[in-house]
Amino acid sequence: MRRAILAAIPVLPLAVILQTTIASRIILLSGNADLVLLVVVAWGLQERVRGAWLWGVGASLLVGMVSGVPWYIYTLGYLSVVGLARLLVHRIWQAPLLVMFGVTLIGTLELLMLMFIQRTLFEGPLALSEVFSQIVLPTILLNLLLAIPVHALMHDLANWLYPEKVTG
Amino acid sequence: MKPSIPHSLQTVVILLVAVGLVALALGGYFNPVTNWFTRITVGAQTWISGRYLAVVDFLTVPRDVASLRQKNADLEADVARLQTQVIELQQQVTETNILSALVDFARANPEYTYRAASVIGRDPSPFLRYVIINVGSNEGVLPGMPVVTDKGLVGRVDAVIGEAARLQLVTDAASAVNVRLQASNTEAILVGSITGDLSLDMIPQDASIQVGDVVLTSGLGGNYPANLLVGQIVSVRKLQSELFQQAIIQPNVDFNRLQFVLVITNFKPVDIAPLIGTPGP
Repeated sequence: MRRAILAAIPVLPLAVILQTTIASRIILLSGNADLVLLVVVAWGLQERVRGAWLWGVGASLLVGMVSGVPWYIYTLGYLSVVGLARLLVHRIWQAPLLVMFGVTLIGTLELLMLMFIQRTLFEGPLALSEVFSQIVLPTILLNLLLAIPVHALMHDLANWLYPEKVTG
Repeated sequence: MKPSIPHSLQTVVILLVAVGLVALALGGYFNPVTNWFTRITVGAQTWISGRYLAVVDFLTVPRDVASLRQKNADLEADVARLQTQVIELQQQVTETNILSALVDFARANPEYTYRAASVIGRDPSPFLRYVIINVGSNEGVLPGMPVVTDKGLVGRVDAVIGEAARLQLVTDAASAVNVRLQASNTEAILVGSITGDLSLDMIPQDASIQVGDVVLTSGLGGNYPANLLVGQIVSVRKLQSELFQQAIIQPNVDFNRLQFVLVITNFKPVDIAPLIGTPGP
């Protein structure tokens, strides 16, 4: 657990910084990739890692602090994504990339829908069709494009922190 | 043994033979022989010279290639360094131009106090049109303060920490700014959208508005100072069945390329919420 926390201390702030400075500026229609979500998903999908829930909490607090979206939206979104990742990692362990794509797709959709509902309830109605075509679909596409490199990086990090035990 | 020919006679004979040979040579009788000899000599010299130069090349050229490679690497490093310098200088020129324009704007509008800031990030949520700037409450920036560039209105400060602040751009879907059309002096409300497009709402049906009309802040509501430039009307939608006209605005500010902004620090937004009555039971 200590290793997961120590790894989270540089990785999560770095992911948030990269998100606000670069990823949020690369816009497709009105959507942009969610690097922090991808990092949390990819970490949660590593079999041997611990502290995936802590990563979810840390990421949601950090992003909630930076973003204008209320912190509880990110907390709900990221923690449910971590839960889904931990649920699936032991069931579909033979196809990690497929699971990464699946969880990314569901997680992105869920997080954006949470934002949409919050925005509609508290700030006024938004056209769902416009939200879908201008934000949801482009964001999903960008997240799926970034899913493979982020998964590879987190896989290497997890292997480095939690090396496989060789039984002789 | 005594020599059969005297020494002086030998000398005379040799001299005569030599003179005879010289006379024959001058007469051209030895040309074939000299030509043959010369040809052999030149051929041998050419061959030896060629081999010698080949050996010299073999011994010296590799050293030259190495030194040339070193020079080439040095020059490439110089070129790379100079290119970096050029890019840095171009960046500095761009920044200087922007800052100079901001200074001009501040001079032209001396009634306000400004705090310049760099845009250092954007909100992670694609639903929000918020940016993060590198000045905060330590520099006197407070929530609600209007933010401008030399091109016009940018938005207002939404949240502040010591070293940074978050701005809500006027293009945000939840943003609403009271504006007026300069030509007709008509009041309207500027609203943003999730796509970042700006539009005017609540324009009275009888108002005469045209494409190209300049949009300025009206100052109503107390959230923004009056007469800040917003943009121009690019299209008008007028339907008799609707209560109000609508118009699409081309903002003066390029919100995708925001680098530097000015926070107006001596403008205190007025909170009119207490004045708006809540509906009774």
